[in-house]
Amino acid sequence: MQDLSNADCIVIQGSNMAECHPVAYQWVTEARLKGAKVIHIDPRFTRTSATADKHIPIRAGSDVVLLGALIKFILDNELYFKEYVVAYTNAATLVNEDFQDTEDLDGLFSGYDDELGSYAPDTWAYASSDGEGDESPGTIGGPAAGHEHGQSQSERSAGDQHGSGGPALEHARVLRDETLQDPNTVFQILKRHYARYTPEMVADTCGINVDDFNYLAKAVTENSGRERTTAFVYAVGWTQHTLGAQFIRTAAIVQLLLGNMGRPGGGIMALRGHASIQGSTDIPTLYNILPGYLAMPVAGLHDTWEDYVGAIGNKEQKGFWANADTYAVSLLKAWWGKAATAENDWRFDYLPRLSGAHGTYQTTMAMLDGEVEGYFLLGQNPAVGSAHGRMQRQAMAKLKWLVVRDFNMIESATFWKDGPEIASGELTTEGIETEVFFLPAAAHTEKSGSFTQTQRMLQWHHQAVQPPGDCQSELQFFFELGRRVRELLADSTDERDRPLLDLTWDYPADENGDPDAEAVLAEINGRHLTGDKAGQPLSAYTEMKADGSTDGGCWIYTGVYADGVNHAADRKPGQEQDLTALEWGWAWPANRRILYNRASADPEGKPWSERKKYIWWDEEQGRWTGHDVPDFVPDKAPSYRPEPGTGGAAGLAGDDPFVMQADGKGWLFAPKGMLDGPLPTHYEPQESPVRNPLYAQQSNPARKVFPRKDNLWSPSGDEPGADVYPFVFTTYRLTEHHTAGGMSRWLPYLSELQPEFFCEVSPELAAERGLENGGWATIVSGRAAIEARVMVTERMTPLVIRGRTIHQVGLPYHWGVGGNAVVSGDAANDLLGVALDPNVQIQESKAGSCDIVPGRRPTGEALLRLVAEYQSRAGSTVMTGNELRTGHPESTPDTRGG
Amino acid sequence: MGFWRNQLSGPTDPAADAAWDRREPRKGFFTDTSICIGCKACEVACKEWNHVPEDGLDLLNQSYDNTGALGASTWRHVAFVEQSSERIEQARESGRRLVQLGMPSVRTAPEPPLMGGGVTTTDPAVPDLRWLMASDVCKHCTHAACLDVCPTGSLFRTEFGTVVVQDDVCNGCGYCVAACPFGVIERRSGHEGHEKGARSHGISIKGSGGSGDTSRGSHQNPPSHAETNGEVKNVGIAQKCTLCYDRLGAGQTPACAQACPTTSIKFGDLDEMRATARARVAELHELGYPEARLYGVDEHDGVGGTGSTFLLLDEPEVYGLPPDPRVTTADLPDMFRKAGYAGLTMLGLAAAAFVGRRR
Repeated sequence: MQDLSNADCIVIQGSNMAECHPVAYQWVTEARLKGAKVIHIDPRFTRTSATADKHIPIRAGSDVVLLGALIKFILDNELYFKEYVVAYTNAATLVNEDFQDTEDLDGLFSGYDDELGSYAPDTWAYASSDGEGDESPGTIGGPAAGHEHGQSQSERSAGDQHGSGGPALEHARVLRDETLQDPNTVFQILKRHYARYTPEMVADTCGINVDDFNYLAKAVTENSGRERTTAFVYAVGWTQHTLGAQFIRTAAIVQLLLGNMGRPGGGIMALRGHASIQGSTDIPTLYNILPGYLAMPVAGLHDTWEDYVGAIGNKEQKGFWANADTYAVSLLKAWWGKAATAENDWRFDYLPRLSGAHGTYQTTMAMLDGEVEGYFLLGQNPAVGSAHGRMQRQAMAKLKWLVVRDFNMIESATFWKDGPEIASGELTTEGIETEVFFLPAAAHTEKSGSFTQTQRMLQWHHQAVQPPGDCQSELQFFFELGRRVRELLADSTDERDRPLLDLTWDYPADENGDPDAEAVLAEINGRHLTGDKAGQPLSAYTEMKADGSTDGGCWIYTGVYADGVNHAADRKPGQEQDLTALEWGWAWPANRRILYNRASADPEGKPWSERKKYIWWDEEQGRWTGHDVPDFVPDKAPSYRPEPGTGGAAGLAGDDPFVMQADGKGWLFAPKGMLDGPLPTHYEPQESPVRNPLYAQQSNPARKVFPRKDNLWSPSGDEPGADVYPFVFTTYRLTEHHTAGGMSRWLPYLSELQPEFFCEVSPELAAERGLENGGWATIVSGRAAIEARVMVTERMTPLVIRGRTIHQVGLPYHWGVGGNAVVSGDAANDLLGVALDPNVQIQESKAGSCDIVPGRRPTGEALLRLVAEYQSRAGSTVMTGNELRTGHPESTPDTRGG
Repeated sequence: MGFWRNQLSGPTDPAADAAWDRREPRKGFFTDTSICIGCKACEVACKEWNHVPEDGLDLLNQSYDNTGALGASTWRHVAFVEQSSERIEQARESGRRLVQLGMPSVRTAPEPPLMGGGVTTTDPAVPDLRWLMASDVCKHCTHAACLDVCPTGSLFRTEFGTVVVQDDVCNGCGYCVAACPFGVIERRSGHEGHEKGARSHGISIKGSGGSGDTSRGSHQNPPSHAETNGEVKNVGIAQKCTLCYDRLGAGQTPACAQACPTTSIKFGDLDEMRATARARVAELHELGYPEARLYGVDEHDGVGGTGSTFLLLDEPEVYGLPPDPRVTTADLPDMFRKAGYAGLTMLGLAAAAFVGRRR
């Protein structure tokens, strides 16, 4: 994070960093004081814009066009970092001749399956050196056998697996043309793909004028290369779209072309949620992955241990994922201890198997369908914080039981008596049979543990005081829950109870009699189980074995407890060490602060420049050295070349810096892993007043839609009825509150700073709709109508898109309707519907369509009538917006429920 | 004479004047508004540390400022000012005039622009819009009117040169309120109360009763959170920033400066703060921002300079600061002089009358 202060230019896009990550923003301030240029690209002029050199307003959801135009600018003007691009990226790699681009197929890549609404990605594969790939897509070049269909990958959000490296390839015998001239090279494909992404296209799609585009393009390219580096910063403004993962991919292409990856002051900084959202994907609270980004086994696909191990990391591929079997065995040993043996495949059969998508939204819909009995909410307030609040609350009203563990009686704990549906008469307290248990939670000062922040750094927090009353930490709660469940099942002879009964569930107690958090960290780190070192902590994940002689709960965290020392608690002040500050906290993997930092040196191992020196090859010592932990085999010389066909870490050449990628290269083109295309291409959001200017295909054809009567969409583009919801709305946070408010709206000191829900509108929109500063407005979407106080501000800019003025409405989403908080109000997220990105199943909450009118909303039944009247005027049906392939009504998934 | 004069106005060392013999260097703030991100962490940290009650739950319709102004229950206040290009140009113009009056110079020849092709990113063009944010606080004046008029001695000058109210001495007379040229000090209104909810972090005066429309929208359920309000004390007593006197005594940084994530609020020896401020304003002028200017550094101003120094990007009035603050006592010598002349004149006249009579 502090590395941002090394940047010469910082582009913050899809993030309101100063407001939402104010502590991290100190490094942007620092960079700016050192002379860096800071550019903020956002629909709104925010507190980030206020402290940037330039703010460029953009239409929500159009980012791929802007970044695609940046790619074209870099390629057309030959401003890419040639040596870096040729040596370190897959620019020179040849792609299978069967690949067809969206430019050839009017918005679809080759392999689209109309029936399934997703891609078969085999034609995106690299061409192979044994000459078979082109003709026979059953083998290495285009191995259909190795290419799971996008439909099935999407069901398990397979994209989440790539949290610590790229997907497995079957081999690394690729063809390369280092002159970059072969028409099938990634480089040439890239050029053709972005040929129409011109500054004029940017003006017509994003609403950004040509001067502003040139400013951005020049600032970024002039601050990249040997001597200078540019960093990109994003947050949920990029992720929460039906095309979210591709927004970030586009930035990755820009940064690889400019040679900004793996170098100081470069990279793409994903600002993840506080305090430990990164931690909750590393050791996941997700349905689809296991700790350390190991895949959750899928029924029918990974039925045997061999199937599974072959799928998570092939021994023939380059890089450290080839050792995935050692990570998986160590995990199973950590969970099932002595019960996990080679003979029983380490109890692989104890792991659940995925049978479909079980993300939060699918679960919500399953509740509505009566398929879910109970629900735990831990630090989560879906009645306010999740998309489509109405659907969330109505779903919870169908549960048998609901456990809410939180600091306060949040709206998700009280919706049954004071939620909006009670007020509108849709639900009655008497009619809701859900039994709600509220369990008070301990705050971070009342428990020990670690947070993993956005830079993958674990920082330990020590308990300062005992939690008051019945408040418990998550660790106490789950340890006790597990203990009691195991006690209840102790005499069971049922096979299905074995996984629970065989679990290692033996954490020592601390001085207060609670499970010791540091013992959990030690288990996560892993231990030697046999030999002279038995019982000692592992010091690196490379020590893990697949023979059962090691355990470890999350391989990427191995080393945090090396030598029995809690390195997450390392706290040497910044002034006493250099900027990299390796003795503050511990970052995975191996306490490395910049990933792929081998790329900070040239292919011969020399720094690209003195100014940007970071990691280099020390010829005398025969080792990599520098300011950080080298992200490379420590003694592998730059000149090293493996025998062809060598897999694993040994297969990496001395100039393959992307050690977690299956071919050791940075991927401009993703031959595998992305479910909606190997290259990012622009599609409009699920709801958009604008027609896609590039293709007939309006929205991401692989997105996940849920055609239901309770999830209606406004018509988009030039469809009839689109003018009923003529404005774009976007949701966001403010500094003063924390997400759905559970940690801020109960505190007077924070509540007084932003006491009421408001909407931000431009003076032009205010004049057009008769809205007054400080007055009330009603905002109506296809799903709901809410009211907010009006803030008229020039910080909101109307954008001109192909001659038409598009207004955007800004909606902070912190407030909710309930009777318990210091401040409350309508919830912006009630306006949202549910449509998901196919890679990671994230909802589109940053762009939607709405209408806004002056005055307060009606109440009771009249409110429902208002929403219905809009739907009827727009002609919205369950088909609206749900054609996956535009113009092909048969591509709408079957309607279900609702 | 100089010493006595400087008891009332002009440059002086206030702690020495207050007869502290074991003195610390005078402490103060430098608030650099050019790097403020308006996070309001200073407001919250101040309230947490000093147990200042919540100050009302009203939406003020003033950009992102729902605090309004400094007062008895607001010791740090972040102002938010939205400006269009016309006003920014005026700020630059007024800045240039100040520079001509002797503030650090603006560079004359612009550096060669980094960018070619007619687009430059080095010369800061006047943007269409800017959003000023500035954290205001008690000025801890060299000549503090509040202290000078206090009849009970509740307000006193600390060994750090700061001005602090002693809550248990103040009788609530309110003279200081009228005397402060910045409108900082205020008597706390409302009702005293005690914390009921064990888990409440905050305390409230105005918010607990709710205000205006409570049927829907904000603070719709006053009774429940009134119960969770904490202790409200010192009602009727004059209250203001103490520059965290208790923290200074323990060698700590004041809570607001400690919490500031961007170092917009700096704390230290006042001499250093002023030097840092001068260097920063010169740097901004160098970068082509003539609108940058300092507030509170002039020892010859109406309050003898302040312990809280600010770097502003527009005229003080824009931030709600008086352009020419003046301590009421600064006029005392003049008043005495005039009164003296008047007395002398009368004496003279009287004497003349006697003299005349003798004739």
